[in-house]
Amino acid sequence: MLEDKDRIFTNLYGLHDWRLEAAKKRGAWNGTADLIRMGPDWIIQQIKDSGLRGRGGAGFPTGLKWSFMPREVGERPHYLVVNADESEPGTCKDREMMRHDPHLFIEGCLIASYAMKASACYIYIRGEYVDERNNLQAAVDEAYAAGLLGKNAAGSGWDFDLYVHHGAGAYICGEETALLESLEGKKGQPRLKPPFPAGAGLYGCPTTVNNVESIAVVPTILRRGADWFQKFGRDNNKGTKVFCISGHVNRPCNVEEAMSIPLRQLIDTHCGGVKGGWDNLKAIIPGGSSVPLLPREICDDVLMDFDALRDVRSGLGTAAVIVMDKSTDIVRAISRISYFYKHESCGQCTPCREGTGWMWRVLERMAEGNSSTAEIDKLLDVAGQIEGHTICALGDAAAWPVQGLIRHFRSEIEERINAYRADRGPVSMTSVAAE
Amino acid sequence: MTMAARRPATQQPASFEWSAENQRWCDEQITKYPEGRQASCVIPFLWRGQKQEGWCSIPMMEAIARQLSMPYIRVYEVATFYTMFNLAPVGEYFVQICGTTPCMLRGAQDLREVCKKVIGVENHVSDDGKFSWLEVECLGACTNAPMIQISTKVGDHYYEDLTPEIFEDLLAKIRRGEEVKIGTQNPGRHTSDPDGENTTLTDPTLYDGSRAQPLKEIPNAQAPTPAE
Repeated sequence: MLEDKDRIFTNLYGLHDWRLEAAKKRGAWNGTADLIRMGPDWIIQQIKDSGLRGRGGAGFPTGLKWSFMPREVGERPHYLVVNADESEPGTCKDREMMRHDPHLFIEGCLIASYAMKASACYIYIRGEYVDERNNLQAAVDEAYAAGLLGKNAAGSGWDFDLYVHHGAGAYICGEETALLESLEGKKGQPRLKPPFPAGAGLYGCPTTVNNVESIAVVPTILRRGADWFQKFGRDNNKGTKVFCISGHVNRPCNVEEAMSIPLRQLIDTHCGGVKGGWDNLKAIIPGGSSVPLLPREICDDVLMDFDALRDVRSGLGTAAVIVMDKSTDIVRAISRISYFYKHESCGQCTPCREGTGWMWRVLERMAEGNSSTAEIDKLLDVAGQIEGHTICALGDAAAWPVQGLIRHFRSEIEERINAYRADRGPVSMTSVAAE
Repeated sequence: MTMAARRPATQQPASFEWSAENQRWCDEQITKYPEGRQASCVIPFLWRGQKQEGWCSIPMMEAIARQLSMPYIRVYEVATFYTMFNLAPVGEYFVQICGTTPCMLRGAQDLREVCKKVIGVENHVSDDGKFSWLEVECLGACTNAPMIQISTKVGDHYYEDLTPEIFEDLLAKIRRGEEVKIGTQNPGRHTSDPDGENTTLTDPTLYDGSRAQPLKEIPNAQAPTPAE
């Protein structure tokens, strides 16, 4: 269990003032210039040593990602772009960091940009977060007025500009290359990689895209030391993490905890347990809507980290824990997720554009029982054909929840089909269209 | 509805013009991006235009295209791709209900019923022009589900931890022109903290200024930089 003294986001709930003076009192902007004077190589090495893995979902080692940037600035400027397009269903952590602890985040933007020799950074915040954007902009304005941004930022000798940019309601812009397209003023359709953003990103310049949380934890890691961050979590899964627990718990909340905390302990300690008790649990989606759900038996003792959840064929994703008790119609719950992906598909790749809608329509029928056991296999087959066959991971993200549903709740779908068929007699499904 | 299925309204205004204040705002925004990259302003400009007019019209897209030296079709493409751009007028209070699974699990469907009862058919402006409503995808406030966003020309706010009763009351207050509390509607919560007593962030030393004391030393300052 994490103690308060080891929490990074001390104003996660906005119980205290977010403005500069109060943020400084909580430790933000403390010794920033001294940290920067240690130099880019030291900063990147510290972040590598801390074991920090990207907090946006993929879990790629942050320090390693930074080291992909060219070592020296050539003809083209370097950019840091922060992905604040938080849209993965279940996830609502970056929002709290941006509106309640904006100065930790802004300080992180400065230090990370300096480490990658980027003299400008754009924060791309989702369009719906209007009040959050206004808060963040006000904090940026305060930082400029106090000399923490701009020429000789925070007295570091580094000239640095930070800009807040926004989207307008497209989940796909959380994919890093779609985000860059959007920031350039285009539709958010992902780019083929390579080239990777570190080679040719924003405006064709070397760019690193990081999640808000990955950037906001950087100043504290440097102030307290990579070894401090290493104290939490299992090997390869280090640090603290903000979890978002929603759905059927008694007290849903965001909470910063140590990585590798047991899922059950997380829910029992901070959320007052599952509604109706642990035995009333049906399933949990542990890392945002994209990752496969876990049935209760697995939830009993699984740990909340990248590797433990991968080992049970799910993922930590954004650490958004969606809890479903026994009152849940599990087929409809997943079908609603399929509708989400259908709605958010950018339409660029055929398997995703056509497949997401197809899966949703089939699941809607399956929720009624109006299907056949053979069609369950067909659905699994189609999901497999979407997965891995698209430019970006939205195709995978659409396939995984469906695969998870069938893996763990196939018998429930079959029961529903049997009940539906019992009244109507057997029907050959081969000629029935998905619509 | 997919993004591509979005169509502009058949009734379009004859022209579009920025207010003097918004024109100044536009000029300032362009300076955020490198020279020649002014197209980056297209989303912020369309959003500002929507705030001015209530929705995004074709003349507005044409004006923004000229302003940013972009082909009109590129602006049209952006306006139709991003779902927050209203391609037809909406109510003075535009109610957006989050319907995605975390909100669904906590009763978003019941909020839809309230909208049907109080406002009417989805995506149609009520007779008094005050309201319209739409089910939208995850708004990113899942620990405070179910929730909605209400957009007006002057702001866009989240209303969280709703029940059908609270929501109906909230709409009634808005209709009467009364002020309503933004954010969580659960008196036991502040924002995304748990209902009732908090389990974390209760240690007073986090807030007594001790963390603002100058760093005695930088940890690992002597750490050798390994060869690449």
